[in-house]
Amino acid sequence: MVEALSYLSRFGIKVLHRNKVSSGFPYVASLVLALVVISALFGPWIAPYQATSISLADAMTPPAWLDGGSAAHLLGTDNLGRDILSRIIAGARVSTVVAFYAIVLSGLIGTGLGMAAGYFGGIVDAVISRIIDTQMAVPSIPLAMLFAAVLPPGEAMVIFIIVLSYWTWYARIVRGEVLSLRERDFIALAKVAGVGTPTIFVRHLAPNLLNTLLVLATLQFGSVIVFEAGLSFLGLGIQPPQVSWGGMLSDGRNFIEVAWWLITMPGLAIMAACLASNLLGDWLRDTFDPLRRQVF
Amino acid sequence: MARYITKRALQGLIAIFGALLIVFVAQRLSGDPVALMLPMDASEADFAAMREALGLDKPLLVQFAIFLGNALTGDFGQSYQWNAPAMGLLIDRLPATLELAMAGLFFAVLLAVPLGVFSAVHRGGWVDRSAKIFAMLGQAVPGFWIGLLLILFIAVELQWLPAYGRGTPAHLVLPAIALGWYPVAAMTRTLRSSMLDVLESDYVRMERAIGLPERTIIWRYALRNAAVPLVTMVGVYFANMLGGAFVIEVVFAWPGVGRTVVDAVFARDFPVVQAGVMLSAVVFVVMNLLVDLSYGFIDPRIRRG
Amino acid sequence: MLQVRDLKTYLYLKRGVVKAVDGVSFDLASGETLGLIGESGSGKTMMGLSLLGLPPKPAGRIVAGSIKLDGRELVGLDEEVLSREVRGRQIAMISQDPMTSLNPVFTVGDQVAAPIRAHHLAGERSAIDMAVAELDRVRVPSARERAGDYPHQFSGGMRQRVVAAMAIACRPRLLIADEPTSALDVTIQVQFMDLIEKIQADTGAGILFITHDLGVAASLCHRIAVMYAGRIVEMAGVDRLYSDPQHPYTQGLLDSVPILGRRQKRLKSILGSPPDPLSPPGGCAFHPRCPHAMEVCRQQVPPTVAMSDGGHVACWLKVDSTA
Repeated sequence: MVEALSYLSRFGIKVLHRNKVSSGFPYVASLVLALVVISALFGPWIAPYQATSISLADAMTPPAWLDGGSAAHLLGTDNLGRDILSRIIAGARVSTVVAFYAIVLSGLIGTGLGMAAGYFGGIVDAVISRIIDTQMAVPSIPLAMLFAAVLPPGEAMVIFIIVLSYWTWYARIVRGEVLSLRERDFIALAKVAGVGTPTIFVRHLAPNLLNTLLVLATLQFGSVIVFEAGLSFLGLGIQPPQVSWGGMLSDGRNFIEVAWWLITMPGLAIMAACLASNLLGDWLRDTFDPLRRQVF
Repeated sequence: MARYITKRALQGLIAIFGALLIVFVAQRLSGDPVALMLPMDASEADFAAMREALGLDKPLLVQFAIFLGNALTGDFGQSYQWNAPAMGLLIDRLPATLELAMAGLFFAVLLAVPLGVFSAVHRGGWVDRSAKIFAMLGQAVPGFWIGLLLILFIAVELQWLPAYGRGTPAHLVLPAIALGWYPVAAMTRTLRSSMLDVLESDYVRMERAIGLPERTIIWRYALRNAAVPLVTMVGVYFANMLGGAFVIEVVFAWPGVGRTVVDAVFARDFPVVQAGVMLSAVVFVVMNLLVDLSYGFIDPRIRRG
Repeated sequence: MLQVRDLKTYLYLKRGVVKAVDGVSFDLASGETLGLIGESGSGKTMMGLSLLGLPPKPAGRIVAGSIKLDGRELVGLDEEVLSREVRGRQIAMISQDPMTSLNPVFTVGDQVAAPIRAHHLAGERSAIDMAVAELDRVRVPSARERAGDYPHQFSGGMRQRVVAAMAIACRPRLLIADEPTSALDVTIQVQFMDLIEKIQADTGAGILFITHDLGVAASLCHRIAVMYAGRIVEMAGVDRLYSDPQHPYTQGLLDSVPILGRRQKRLKSILGSPPDPLSPPGGCAFHPRCPHAMEVCRQQVPPTVAMSDGGHVACWLKVDSTA
């Protein structure tokens, strides 16, 4: 049987086509992500209200399609009469900003250390690998608690905490990639030609890592948003009056028995953003690197 | 095997040391603990006396050594809030967390095993397709939001189950589902793909060729092979949950380790936070070791190698 | 005992249809060993799997033809009936790779007992005893102790014996041996072939011996069927086939390998490469590689011509000479 199959594969015939490789471009997911980013950039101009403006007369208005709802507040209002839609648009800013900085920073740190470990090997690799192991042995949420207890809360702290647990992903994967790249001819040739190490890193290694990094970053966008929402929900992340989806969930929780939309709408926003980033990330992965999918 | 386990145990020890180092550094970042412990009008002499009592006047390295020594005996100091040993406080909360973690994992495995197996056996069928959608959602929807929705629909609207607190088995259901939510998705996908590999293997062909019923092949012979990666996941998730299912515990007002630590963060009760971080790190390392050991029982090839 | 008539097993793939077995007919008597010889991709393995009703799912299907075992039609039988009454019970298979054919996480004893249990030949306790007896029969040393061991604790040759024990545990009427020795060392090969002969003497089973190795086939088989691109191109008793091959492909095969006791001028390989299974050449599938190809070979599939010794050959050259 094995022989028969390998015989067929000589002709490029796959008998057991299991996983559908790359499906079409995920238009809906990209659209959702675009909406999130547009909200983050131009929120104040597109939101119908100011996210923090209180209007007790309008408090607890249900979404527009329900009895008592009003077209003035499409997704309803909260206990202080703040417009939910406007708050979700405002929350997109925090989510995007935190995710952007967290991913860029952990990407830079992780890629740098991962490249160093993979390229130099030996003691450098041993030390960096041990640090990665250690970092991965400490679950990220308790670690977040630790720093939430000692650092002033806010965006910077949330970004710091996320970078602390996420850089290892980049470091591990980049290290593996560099280990295999290092053996390839063009790196050896560059070395023989006397190209300096920094140049090899920037000119020869980095471009080859770009696809992998882009895939990982896209996949992590959703995961970072969820992480930040969790922290803010606990009250340890973004602090009011700054608007965040996790904070909205936390506020809405107190009114769960009277106003279901307060916890439903921000949750849907989190879900949409995360789902979209996962779908787009999957597509990028399948498109760039269909054979090495098990890495992630 | 023994060598491998020794190596892993050593790595675990290094990791725990690293965690201690992080905790110590964080403690230094937290500012002057004495200021928190003494009344506002305390005199300079009171401060000095307190510093000396806490060993804060010694060089940093000595302080770290003392900290390490205490940590090894599980001593992370007294909780400011409860005036009791911080670690002891968390150990008291551990049974509640253990109960929740076991229930959450039970729910996850109970759902993931049949879903994963059916998805693989009837690849492309409706179970497979629904499980795939379910798994995508599972990875994109935070468990604590599922928890909130469960409270909203099951506890508030339908009033079937209690939403908050611990006590009867009924109290366990909703938090367990919320906690098991993410693992279900991940486990189903993993089991599906490992099951597909196994079902295409030569030994399954051989088992078919000797006329074993398909049911026996799948559930008795193939599943045990396909379950190896699942065991790792169960171990890792269990470790994560035991360290405190922080957000879920808060959502459901579950009196476990996670909620206690979150409360401690708000109260600036630093010893409890430290003890919490170390507890999860140790549990995590120990669970991973147990997972490594358990391979030997599932897969006899590893026992010797 | 076994009658196969015009059997066709196709693989339906995304890129097209592979006619893996394309109209194969042969008979096999109890106690007889028929060699099925061909290059990889000739369809011989798919032939063996078809007899068990196990073409690879979901792509493979038996599309036409008949398989009769002791007069009972097997094609079209329900999957469950096949499992319960045929596979392992009346027809069993020794597969090609002993390293991957045993389940790594179950003991050898459990796996040999599995068919005995599945076919209700014994209860739980005595199934193990019977399994030990089978391991003993295939000459696994200290079988009772070793029954509790796992496959990885056995050598390749021993594992193949275990596979054989699984196959013969229920005394099947037909044993399919698919390249059972190709993964073994030469000395182990010889021992294993002795074992197969002994099994046949003990059980009286008919054996379909699938191989690409002409030497192995010569020492074991009574008759040989040569397969090319899903069809049997020549069938004959072993002596005639080796001394006087009729089909150009058989001649080419025999000229390409050294065989003990056969006089050969010098070795030469067959020109060209095996046909693309998705689009085999029209007419006689061998014509692009055949030194004697004629115009008609390109146009029409050659008919099967009976030979005086009871064998037959499918070649246009023989149509002319016998007409």
